[in-house]
Amino acid sequence: MRNSILRRRRTELVGGAAVLLALAVLPLPIGDVYTQNLIIITILFAGLAQAWNILGGYCGQISLGHALYFGFGAYVSTLLFVRLGIPPAFGMLAGGAVGGLGALLVGWPCFRLSGHYYAIATVVVGEIGWLLFLNWDFIGGATGVYVPFKGDSWVALQFRTAKLPYHYLVLGFAAATWIAAFLIEGSRWGFAWRAVKDDFVAARSLGVRIFPSKMAAAAISGFFTGMGGAIYAQYVGYIDPDSVMAGALSILIPLPAVLGGVGTLWGPLLGAAVLIPVSELSRSYLGGSGRGVDLMIYGALIMVVALARPQGLVSLFGRRRGGPDARAA
Amino acid sequence: MPALLEVDGVSKSFGGVAANVDISFDVAEGEMLGLIGPNGAGKTSLFNAIAGEVTPDAGEIRLNGARISGLGPVACAARGVARTFQVVRSFDSMTVLENVMVGAFAGARRTRAAMTVATDTLEFCGLLSRADRPAISLSPPEKRRLEVARALATGPRLLLLDEMLTGLTPTEAQEGVALVRAVQRRGITIIMVEHVMEVVLPLVSRAVVLNLGRVLTIGAPAEIVRHADVIRAYLGDKYAPAG
Amino acid sequence: MTLDIILQAAIGGLLMGLIYALVAAGLSLIFGLMDVVNFAHGELMMLAMYAAFVLWQVSGLDPLLLLPIVVVVMFGLGMGVYRGLIARALSVRFNRGMVQIFVTFGLAIFIRGAAQFTFGGEFRSITTGVVANRTAEIAGVFLPLPQVAASLVCLAAFAGLLLISRTEFGHALEATREDRDAVALIGIDRDRIFALGWGLGAAAVGIAGVMLATFYYVSPNVGANFAITAYVTVALGGFGSLGGALVAGLLIGEVEALTALVLEPSLKQVGMFVIYLAVVLFRPRGLFGTL
Repeated sequence: MRNSILRRRRTELVGGAAVLLALAVLPLPIGDVYTQNLIIITILFAGLAQAWNILGGYCGQISLGHALYFGFGAYVSTLLFVRLGIPPAFGMLAGGAVGGLGALLVGWPCFRLSGHYYAIATVVVGEIGWLLFLNWDFIGGATGVYVPFKGDSWVALQFRTAKLPYHYLVLGFAAATWIAAFLIEGSRWGFAWRAVKDDFVAARSLGVRIFPSKMAAAAISGFFTGMGGAIYAQYVGYIDPDSVMAGALSILIPLPAVLGGVGTLWGPLLGAAVLIPVSELSRSYLGGSGRGVDLMIYGALIMVVALARPQGLVSLFGRRRGGPDARAA
Repeated sequence: MPALLEVDGVSKSFGGVAANVDISFDVAEGEMLGLIGPNGAGKTSLFNAIAGEVTPDAGEIRLNGARISGLGPVACAARGVARTFQVVRSFDSMTVLENVMVGAFAGARRTRAAMTVATDTLEFCGLLSRADRPAISLSPPEKRRLEVARALATGPRLLLLDEMLTGLTPTEAQEGVALVRAVQRRGITIIMVEHVMEVVLPLVSRAVVLNLGRVLTIGAPAEIVRHADVIRAYLGDKYAPAG
Repeated sequence: MTLDIILQAAIGGLLMGLIYALVAAGLSLIFGLMDVVNFAHGELMMLAMYAAFVLWQVSGLDPLLLLPIVVVVMFGLGMGVYRGLIARALSVRFNRGMVQIFVTFGLAIFIRGAAQFTFGGEFRSITTGVVANRTAEIAGVFLPLPQVAASLVCLAAFAGLLLISRTEFGHALEATREDRDAVALIGIDRDRIFALGWGLGAAAVGIAGVMLATFYYVSPNVGANFAITAYVTVALGGFGSLGGALVAGLLIGEVEALTALVLEPSLKQVGMFVIYLAVVLFRPRGLFGTL
């Protein structure tokens, strides 16, 4: 009986290792840069979606302002590199720390807001951040910051000659977020959040206190999102408020989790695997002329999946024992 | 023996309607107490006050001498007060075992420990065979037992049962009674709210009878059934003994 | 910074505030009815603006005359969106809150793409009309007449909404808002009320859009710019409160105008954001919110 939970967890771990292995060898036979880039971006956003999922999916706090932490991470890491020469391998951690701190500061007053009010508050905070960064000359304002190239290295997280190292960098990042979600799912917090989402009156009567764990979720989510921002900065080589802090990014970050299945381990990955290539490809092939067809496809995809599969695409792959499909019975 | 629970002059009104007026009684540790009365007597309101869901307007509720009234349900649960719900509440996205684990986490920190506590509790409540089923797939009497199991897993000192035996078939009620007795044998103090007297009076050592928000009488079951006011409250003046 | 300039900004803020109030009212109406935050509200306004532009281009008529047509179209569109999308989103058994948010988001993106596809990304503007390009001067304050006309129309529309709330339909709306599960018992067809509510909300934002088009540029992204102001206004005023939308709209309009003066135009939204956060942290339901 108790073994069934452990058995399931073990299966998930094995599955995770298998996916990791598959993704590790995936780019080896691929030669063209476009596809390599597509895969890297997909994996990066899978990791970002998973990081968001920890707060938004498992813990149920739907943040629509996560780009703020992404931007914090990107700017902290980049500016430490540019102004103080601190290599991004460490700057990434600093960026994550600032991201986590930001999420705590936002969460502390905002967690008392419910549902829609919370979502809008996060949008507003995100907008404030974007506006302030846009007008803050000290960090470059609207002009942005270029990441200086100082030679290929893992310490500086820069590789001009090949994309492959970046692939493993984002893969490591995504794997870390997956592991974090895995651990949380099986932990006291995971149970507490699920209980509160299912029936918060009953949860309360069992002594479930969730404010501290919400804060922890925020910190973890913000940390990883910040790290993702730092990695992105090193990959792209240039950052500005519009590319790392804009509202559009705040919508993009949770989208793979929503499409794939919030509060699930595989949802963000599955969602990213579908959404990112579709949006990138449609933008490349259809959006270049600014005709908006890519947006139409993007928007239609979101609507269709949200309506047809509200539990997310993971529900296509068999019922989660005791999960939402069971509830519909 | 000092009382585990002291209800001291508790009064509560909702929008001008007095639900509880100056309720006072003690519950000794290890006791099984009935809280009975006709519909509208104020049982639910008092129940919720003890569980921390509502704060009394006046008076105090103490557990082991320390005030628990006004602290909220989470604090009450942390101090050892557990409760079931009249309309069963289950965590629908989880299995039976996981449901009980939520309660077990009140005491256990690690998942393995919670799993052990939950498994043992399920066995105690006779639900072990259902452990991996989705909680919503249980039959209604099984769901009632899940409520109890979940509350038990928190390791309470005081268990509040809200109409746990109402609406059961005789066989189900028998099983329910057996479970309640088993819980008491573990040393847990129990307060049972019921509005059907013949179900609860055989079980409890004492009962508090409420009517119209006030305490009508407190005593052993045998005394209560003969008490004129109690009969009048439940059945009306027609049946009261003459005089 | 002279008094003149401050006064100018303050009055301009009031005028814009009335427009924000109307946009917010539509949003608040829909939320109050069925707990759905319409994240495509800005895009609906954008559609109304394009409708006004196209009709103006074709007919040369003053947008004020075109208003009735656009209102009817928007009403129908709102009902259509409800019947086609939202009704399905509401019947979802799982993750309802998130589904609503993202369905309306998807709609917003889709509409934006469609607008871009149909009209291209360039800015358009309506350049002729009864009050176009005219400015009145009263006691040293310059009042651009298009803005004045727009705010008056929005005020009238607001009054219209208030009037509707007094009718039987309005009562049905209110009843559905208060207890959407029970209204079936008194013979109110909830689905129809929801559809009409959406129609009304879309019509309201359509009026705002048409009037806005008389002095603001029309582009596929214009909705997004006003959307966030709308959400802040509704959240500040309180979801479900018409009066709250009015008060909050005026307040936001003022704060925006004065912030643009004190800080700089590109930061004009910071003021309203800060006010919004401050209020909502102490009164999570907004100034007048009941939900």
